[in-house]
Order: sequence, then structure tokens, then C-alpha cells
Amino acid sequence: MSTPAPDTASGNASGPDLLYSELEEDLRASVRSMLADRSPHNAVLARCETDEPYDPAVWKALAADLGCAGLAVPEKLGGAGASWREAAVVAEEVGRAVTPVPFLTGSVIATAALLAAPASASADRADSADGAGAESVAALLADLAAGHATAVLAVPFSSCPTPAGSGSGAGFPETVRVDADGHLTGTVTSVADASIADVLLVPAMAASGPAFFAVGARAAGVTRDAVISLDLTRRLSDITFASAPARRLADADGAVQALARGLTVGAALLASEQLGVAQACLDMSVAYLKTRSQFGRLIGSYQALKHRAADLWAAIAQARAVARYAAVCVAQDDPDTPVAVALAQAYCSTVAVRAAEECVQFHGGIGFTWEHPAHLYLKRAKSASLALGTAAQHRAALGRLVNLPPAN
Amino acid sequence: MLNERIKALLDGHPPASTPRLEFLRARFDSGLAWVHFPAGLGGLDAPREQQRIVDEALAAAGAPDNDPHRIGIGLGMAAPTILAHGTDEQRRRFLRPLWTGEEVWCQLFSEPGAGSDLAGLATKAVRENPGDEASDWIVTGQKVWTSMAHEARWAILIARTDPNVPKHKGLTYFVCDMTGPGVEVRPLRQITGEAEFNEVFLTAARIPDAHRLGPVGAGWAVAQTTLMNERVAIGGGAQPREGGVIGVVARAWRERPELRTAAAHDTLLDLWTQAEAARLTATRLRQQLAAGGPGPEGSAAKLAFARLNQEISGFELDLLGEQGLRYDDWSTGSWASERPTTVDFAGRGAGYRYLRAKGNSIEGGTSEILRNIIAERVLGLPPEIRVDKDVPWKDLAQ
Ligand SMILES: Cc1cc2nc3c(=O)[nH]c(=O)nc-3n(C[C@H](O)[C@H](O)[C@H](O)COP(=O)(O)OP(=O)(O)OC[C@H]3O[C@@H](n4cnc5c(N)ncnc54)[C@H](O)[C@@H]3O)c2cc1C
Repeated sequence: MSTPAPDTASGNASGPDLLYSELEEDLRASVRSMLADRSPHNAVLARCETDEPYDPAVWKALAADLGCAGLAVPEKLGGAGASWREAAVVAEEVGRAVTPVPFLTGSVIATAALLAAPASASADRADSADGAGAESVAALLADLAAGHATAVLAVPFSSCPTPAGSGSGAGFPETVRVDADGHLTGTVTSVADASIADVLLVPAMAASGPAFFAVGARAAGVTRDAVISLDLTRRLSDITFASAPARRLADADGAVQALARGLTVGAALLASEQLGVAQACLDMSVAYLKTRSQFGRLIGSYQALKHRAADLWAAIAQARAVARYAAVCVAQDDPDTPVAVALAQAYCSTVAVRAAEECVQFHGGIGFTWEHPAHLYLKRAKSASLALGTAAQHRAALGRLVNLPPAN
Repeated sequence: MLNERIKALLDGHPPASTPRLEFLRARFDSGLAWVHFPAGLGGLDAPREQQRIVDEALAAAGAPDNDPHRIGIGLGMAAPTILAHGTDEQRRRFLRPLWTGEEVWCQLFSEPGAGSDLAGLATKAVRENPGDEASDWIVTGQKVWTSMAHEARWAILIARTDPNVPKHKGLTYFVCDMTGPGVEVRPLRQITGEAEFNEVFLTAARIPDAHRLGPVGAGWAVAQTTLMNERVAIGGGAQPREGGVIGVVARAWRERPELRTAAAHDTLLDLWTQAEAARLTATRLRQQLAAGGPGPEGSAAKLAFARLNQEISGFELDLLGEQGLRYDDWSTGSWASERPTTVDFAGRGAGYRYLRAKGNSIEGGTSEILRNIIAERVLGLPPEIRVDKDVPWKDLAQ
């Protein structure tokens, strides 16, 4: 019995447009120059030595001044009305600069989850204990899009968008429970960027099944414990909810959908961030290969290094095509999205790690020092490869999606 | 407009009742052969990506194709070079029968002493009447690894016309008549057992000056067009998902559950991921070409293609186990030397695919040379040390 692999988006004549538009290049240029100016490596490193790696001024410049937080949010909800394609270009630049900003977690994952939450669910306020301001999903989205508030999805950063189980609700987290009075109790470990979030979006189990809540990050009953994180530029927290007041945003399938969409769009755009990380590592390496001499020759003239640099460049060229395809698919809600995203994560994770590891090796001793930025990229790349599903998990997901089943 | 043209072609030449060659010629004349070529030369000056619309519509109507596996060198290398550097007369003479497959082309570049270092080649071409600007050329030398020379009517040829200048500067590019006197083709058997390539001995072979492509001494620049296109042709072709060798392996996996193991599953999906990444990269490369940018991804696409084809075909033999021990040659059921008329990397048996893939990292520029090209021309790393670059060719150790 053989069913061919699904081949939807790839079916039209020219295929999806994988190039960058002029608009995207303009956006890239303004983000890049702002980050070069406001978030150079030495500033990132200096901040990483403190408990507060995030520079609120840089985040405000990116999110609000350049309008990047609301790129994919429709204009009627207060956003820029662009798409995940443009947001992916921002993710590339954020990766390129290893800037500690909650762009991926807030402007991509949390925002995508909210955009997917059926707005009707927000009307249910019976169990909301937050009397002061029961915001709707729309109001929250408007705040996020304007850069007035930051939200993150309260799930372990390692969560995979395509859980191995089947059926709706499979893999829905159960570590947080909804109490009888509608408050939340439980723990979530390894939540990325939670320390600077204003709002936590929490998937939780109610008696009736999956539900999706907004919780004030500084509300009573919420504790965020900083974790010493492998990635210095994207910190994790363990979060404890002890009868924390919560606003219900979605129920049942709506909650499952919001979570899945957040993780899916996140995984798609993480690939672009990884592309930016890899490109930065290659650029840094090539620059060094052209300036460092040993044995009376530039080290870049040795084929042992030259050929590895060429191979890396070729792999990054492929990562770019793959990351663009994932961004295009989530932007257009293409039916090939699950394949595109699993492919992007299976491929770009490994390329970014390889680029960062080579970057250290190309630099010799200096690349092993704390002062050199190579380790910021290595830590970002390795952590990112574990985030939102490992390459192996995504390969397994692909096996299910394209009908290449495992051995019995 | 495109659809109207397709319809007019099919109405005027119903595939069911039109002889194959007549249909192909009519297709060429209506500009639907290669739409990105100029009008009058088989094209419409249209974006390259529209070709797929034409191909699909004609295939759906049951029209014959031009059997591209038989004429790959003509389509992928000779045609773009003739288009870029040929005279109007040369384009009109050569392109139509090239595309219809009436005339097969081969590539007389490599020599026993000049492979990667192609510019060092020794085959010489001299004017029959020195000083006469229109004189015929007389060519003498030996070429090697010439794929499909046994089928070819024409060859693209590089020869040395001036030994007194450094090696890159004394070359000229020609079209050589493979049926003329002084051209001898001898089969060279390769690791698959068959003889897809040949040695070609040129002994005072005559080439009219009208078959020179580009100026005298400009052969290296003209050859760059051929080589760039060769790499895109090998690594950058349009494929559906699971086109090529990965599709063959995926089908085996689906149809034969008894072959599956847990370790092989992860390897298969890793290869599937890489094949799909390579396919999307080729798509992006073609979009860059259509948008005007040359896109240095051409060499990278060929580099990735070679490695992947080798890995996948090796994996296929592992997967087949006992069956992989048995060499399933194509027609004779033995290692008998055949003279194939087509080349299809994804065709025939698993053993053939494994062996044939080994050529992918050698033909069209070895993987090492492609890495040099990417490192130097794309990344700007220091060039290889070239001790012979400025020395007149005649003074080099031969
Ligand atoms: C299946 C097949 C079909 C072919 N068809 C044709 C054809 O139709 N027409 C044609 O003209 N030719 C054809 N070729 C020839 C092909 O282009 C040459 O074999 C190729 O360019 C390599 O040249 P060579 O064989 O002389 O090897 P060499 O150049 O001697 O290379 C030997 C080894 O040295 C390495 N090497 C050489 N120089 C360097 C360097 N500077 N840095 C690092 N490593 C280096 C090479 O990568 C290789 O590993 C074909 C080859 C094959 C295998």
C-alpha cells in the first residue's frame, strides 16, 4: 500500500516566493542598523553578566518605535497588518545580533496563540477573579502589538508543536490545574523570557478539559524563579501558580488551537532566527579567516578551513530556502504548514549549531574566551536547537506527515 | 496568452495524429520549447518559471517530450552558451535541432592532462592559412571522459590557439562536427560496467571559422558560461517533492515494511529532510535567476546534490540488505559493457544508482573545486596559490 507524500504548496508553477521583497529588505536594514547601534556585542555581553540581560530601551525601540511587535497583527486589532513573512525577517536580525529581546516569545509565539484563540471565549468572565480589567483577547493583542505590554506562553521552551500522540488535545499540558474558583494552581518549568513578561498565557486543565488563560505576571499567587540558563541571552524561569487569579481566554478546542498555533508559528520563525545566528557566525568566521595569519599566510588560504567555510555557506543557503518556505507557509496558512515547519526545524537547528561550533573552532583560542561573542551564539544556537522540539522530534513528525512510518 | 499559444499548438498539431518530430518542431516554432529563450529561437522572452505551465499542459494532452535525459549536454550546456556567445547565424543553425533532439551534443573539454585544471589543456587549433582571418581551423589532440560522444552530432570544444600566452588567455571555443574526418571516438568503460563516456582523438580535424564561438583567445570566458550552466543543470533542476533518488527510496520504504528498522527510519528522514531542503534551495535559485540575479547558489546546489545523491543511494543499498548484494544491471542482467543512450541518475537499479552517484562529485567540477569557487568568489577568501598563472603556456611543465 503506498500513498504518495502530500505535495500541496510545492504544486504550483513557480512555487512559493522564497525571495525577500524590497519591503522586507527595508525592514531588515532598519532593524539591523538599530541593533548595531543599540545592542552591540559588548553591550549584550555586559548585560548578560547581570541578572537583567534585557535592555528595555532596545526592546521598546524594536517593538514600539520600529513597530515590529505588531507586524503580523491585523490593522483592525492595532497591528501593522503585514504577515509572518516580515516578522521572520525581524527574527533573522534578532538572531544575527543575539539580542536579548522577547521578540520570538512575545511578538511571535504569544501573539500567534492569541490570534488563534476564538475571540468569543473571552466573553466568559464568570470565573474571572480579575475584577479590575477583564480584557478581551483583542485588547491584549492591541497592547502587545503596540509594545505596551509583553506576554509569553507559559510552556517549557522545549515544547514541540507536533506532539507524538494523536487526536485533538494530545500533549496538552497538565501541570497547571484550574481550581473550583477558577484560579490556577501548578508549575511550569523552563519558560523562556518569563522574567520580563507582563502577562503569562497559560494552558491549563479544567474539569471540562483544556483551557487557556491570561495571568498577570506580577499577580498574587504567581512566583517566577530565575533558572541559570544555557542561553545567556534568552533566560528561563520556573513558574509556580498558587491559586493565582486568571482570565479565561479560550476553552476546549479553542485552547488546543491557540497553543498549537503559537508553537507552530514559533517553530517556523525560530528557523529564521537560527538562520540569522548561522549567518552571523559565518560572517564573523570569514572576516577572521581573512585577517589572521599563521605560518606566513592568511589562515583563510588553507583549504582545510576554506572548504569548511564553503560547505557552511552552502548549508546556510539551504537553510535560507527552508526557513523562507516555513515563513511563507505560516503567513498564508498553507495546508503544507506542518511539513514546512517540521522540515525547517529539522534542518535549520542543525545548521545553526554547526555554524556556531565551527565559529569557535575557526577562531582558535580567542574563540574560547568569554570576551569573544562566539559563545553567545553557541549558547543561543544549541539552546534553540532544543527549543520547540529537537531536530530528531521534528524528523519523527515528518515521518508521520509524509507517510514514512517507523519500524514496528 | 500562454494558454492560447498552447491551445493553438495542440489544435494545429493534435499529438495523437502528429508524428513526434513534426510536433516537436512545431512546438519550437511556436515559442513553447524554452519560454525564457528569445522569440524566434524557441522561446517567448517569458519568465523561466512559466515553463512548467507549458510542460504540464502538453504532458496532460499526451504530447511527446524531447527526451531530456538523452540530450542533457545540449540542453544544459551547449544551448545557453550558443545563446550567449553565438552569432545569429549560429543560433538559427544549431538551437532548433538541438532542442528537438535531432542533433545530440557532447562536451570536448577534459583531457588526460587537464581536468580540474581545465585551462591547462593541450589540444591545439591552428589556422589552415595563417594570416587569413576567415581560414578554417585544423585541430589536433586528445579529449577524455566525453559523455555521449558516441551519440553526438556536434561537440562544444575548447582548444589552444596561442601557446605563447598564459594558459587562460590562449584558448578559443569551437563547435566541432563529430561526424567529420579526423574525429575518432573510443568507448571508456566506467565503474557501472558500461561506457557512457569516451576518449576522443582529434587528428587534423577541420572546423570552419564560422563554427568558432566567440572571439579568438576568448575561449575561457565562453567556457565559464558553459560551466556555470552545467552546475545549475546538474544541481538546480525543477523537481516535485520526492523527485529524484529520494522518491525511489521513499517508495521502497512505504511498500516494504519488512525492510524497516528504527535506525534506518531516522536516517531516512534525515535524508528526506536534506533532499527537500535541496529542492527548495533549487526553487529559490531559479527564482533568483528569474529575478535577474545570478545567484552564486549554483555551485552550492551542485555540491549538495552530489553529496546527497551519494548518501541516499548508499542508504538504499543498506536498506535492501540481501537484495543490495545483487547487482541489477539494466538490460543484460550482467556487467556487460553497454553503450547507453540516456543518463538518468534516478533510473535503473539500486546498484547502478549507487555506482553512478560516485561520478556526481567528479563530473561538472569536482566537489573540491566547487568549494574553492565558493570560498574565493562568494566568500572572498584568499585564492589558491597558482604558480602557473602568469607563465606562457608553452613554458609550463607538460
Ligand atoms: C561521469 C563523468 C562524466 C564526465 N563527462 C565529461 C564530459 O562529457 N566532457 C568533459 O569534458 N569532461 C567530462 N568529465 C570529466 C570531468 O569534468 C573531470 O573528471 C573533472 O573535472 C576532474 O578532472 P580529473 O578527472 O582530471 O581529476 P583531477 O583534476 O586530476 O583531480 C583529482 C583529485 O584532485 C582534486 N583536486 C584537483 N585540483 C585541486 C585543487 N586545486 N584543490 C583541491 N583539490 C584538487 C580533485 O578534486 C580530485 O579529487 C566527466 C567525468 C565523469 C566522472
